[in-house]
Amino acid sequence: MKASQVNTGVSLKMSQSSQKFSSTGTQATRVIGVLAIVVMAWVVISGLVFTPADVVQGESVRIMYVHVPSAWIAYLAFIVTAIASSFYIFAKRHSLGFDRVAGASAEVGVMFMAITLITGSLWGRLTWGEFWQWDPRLTTTAFLFVTYIGYLAVRRLDGSIEQRARRSGVIALLAVLEIPLVHFSVVFWRSLHQRATILDPNGDVKMDGLMLFTLFSGVVAFTLVFAWLVLHRQRTMLLSDLSNERGLDNAILARQSENASN
Amino acid sequence: MPSEKVVDFKDVVIVYDNFPAVAGATFSVDKGEIVLLQGPNGAGKTTLLRACAGLLPIARGTANVLGCDLSTNRVAVRSRVGLLGHANGLFQDLTVLENMLFWSRLVGATRQDVDQAMIAMGISGRLGETQVAKLSAGQRRRCALASLIVRRAQLWLLDEPHAGLDTQGRDELDRTLRAARDSGATVIFASHEIERARSLATRSLMVTTGMVKPA
Amino acid sequence: MNQTPRSRVVSAVLTKDLRIEARSRVVTNQVLPFAGLIMIMFAFALDNDDVLQRVAGGLIWLATIFSLFVIVQRSFAIDTSDSALDSLRVAGIDLSAVFLGKAIALTLQLIALDVVLIAAAFLLYQVQVSAAGLVLLVTCVICATTGLGFVGTLYGGLTAGTTGRETLLPLLLLPVVAPVLIAATRATEAAFGSGGAATSEGWAWVGLLTIFAAVFGIGGSLAFGPLIDE
Repeated sequence: MKASQVNTGVSLKMSQSSQKFSSTGTQATRVIGVLAIVVMAWVVISGLVFTPADVVQGESVRIMYVHVPSAWIAYLAFIVTAIASSFYIFAKRHSLGFDRVAGASAEVGVMFMAITLITGSLWGRLTWGEFWQWDPRLTTTAFLFVTYIGYLAVRRLDGSIEQRARRSGVIALLAVLEIPLVHFSVVFWRSLHQRATILDPNGDVKMDGLMLFTLFSGVVAFTLVFAWLVLHRQRTMLLSDLSNERGLDNAILARQSENASN
Repeated sequence: MPSEKVVDFKDVVIVYDNFPAVAGATFSVDKGEIVLLQGPNGAGKTTLLRACAGLLPIARGTANVLGCDLSTNRVAVRSRVGLLGHANGLFQDLTVLENMLFWSRLVGATRQDVDQAMIAMGISGRLGETQVAKLSAGQRRRCALASLIVRRAQLWLLDEPHAGLDTQGRDELDRTLRAARDSGATVIFASHEIERARSLATRSLMVTTGMVKPA
Repeated sequence: MNQTPRSRVVSAVLTKDLRIEARSRVVTNQVLPFAGLIMIMFAFALDNDDVLQRVAGGLIWLATIFSLFVIVQRSFAIDTSDSALDSLRVAGIDLSAVFLGKAIALTLQLIALDVVLIAAAFLLYQVQVSAAGLVLLVTCVICATTGLGFVGTLYGGLTAGTTGRETLLPLLLLPVVAPVLIAATRATEAAFGSGGAATSEGWAWVGLLTIFAAVFGIGGSLAFGPLIDE
């Protein structure tokens, strides 16, 4: 039996489309990438040089230009993961494209969550004198971080691609249920045991126009970086799935020719 | 009248642990047949049987079992097939009777069905009160077969059912499978006991390197 | 073939799991002593009667959660050791009913465990409880263990039969059960009156435990089937 008889339309289409990708870049990602570099350069210069130090916090306020955008991206990433996962699970045709976007977004999100926690605790050391406070927002973020590390571990479990997609999709949706419960219980817990109010990273700062604009630029720059990373990552995932598929073609041929040699 | 196809596989590929255990299998089984799958170890017999039971995803090709398309809905077929795998699916700490009653409750069989099945496989009486952990391999196999009988499946899938059974047990098994066929079921089984299996089967298929051809 | 009624599947799975425990006594002979030892080790580590009395609630629930991992692994080892889980899937029965049966069995075992742990807290840490506190304590144990039973069965099913499940299960479960740890601890402290906590404070936490149990009871019933399927 020839291999072409075994191939179904789906796999043929996949191997054709795989030839189109010589790299994971496209016109769109190149534009996003250049924009990200330009805006990021402005944020770095403005954040470090142009903007003034804060009256209360001093120079440490500059951490905010990294911290706030990365926290925003971290949460955005997990919302994207949750939405893509629900599309995968609830859509009639379970499209693996959604699963790849969910996985790519979670990976990027975990990275930004790590940046958020690190910059946050550095800021805390400078402002509160401590790296960590049991602030509800901090605690929820830490739990979210661990939860998505678990999500990525589930993606690496053995099994087929569909199994990976289904398991991780369910975990992503359960995380959406879990995070509000964690947040609520921590808020509730701290409200009973609260001592002094903690200095809020954005609330207590007197922001002038340039500072606000720099912060806003930071959000834009990080969002562009996020989009760039996720687009590339989900394409490398697609290529790896396709190469598995192609490996399967070869494996089927090898398996069948075992037959001929016997 | 055209015969009714219970199993219809066309160019089916089944991937297990990134390996195409079944690599383009084409075969069909008609209602009322007792089909023997023979072939060397690692040929893909177990994978074929598990796929027929709706347990494994179909990577490529089209697979129909009892009128259900396995690529779109593998779950629908499950309540109508019975699978005896390499493992027996028994709970070690329960007695034979408790195991039987557990499975019969799940599939809605009566106590009478259970008693008949246990008599048919020769595990009634004192043996029924024994914990599975204390049974010999052959006795466990009988117990697993008995719990398969109460399922009254339309398609029986058995992976080396003869292994571990003594001569008497094999006779009981063959009788049971013929009786199932007579009551309208279809049987597919894999076996290395070629002599005995050939006398039981109405047709043999050869499975080698993930493909199926007439033996 | 007709679908077997859900309630019959739930009760069959529940009685199966409990009967196997009654016979093998793995939880009774191994997990209970393990949890008891944790309580004693805490006493060594903290080495102060006042502190122990104040943190008794937290220690009870930490010991419960550590034991949960072991009991969940055991609960699924029963089904995977001879591929009975495969047979359950082929039987074409409603897997959400299997989920409920296993979750109730797990909850009952956790309740038994907590009764012993609370008794240990009375003996070892000299905590005290009023009548109103006792009502709160019993409600708290029931609500918390129900939530843990659901969540443990759900994630236990996900990791059952996979490689590296011993380490993956705690990684996945710990962040999820954090609300139970916080809420059950506060409610238990309120029941014991630890650190001057009023009994009435505890009921709000029981409310949170109830929400948790409801969320994961519903979520688990829906998700369990797709999760354990191949």
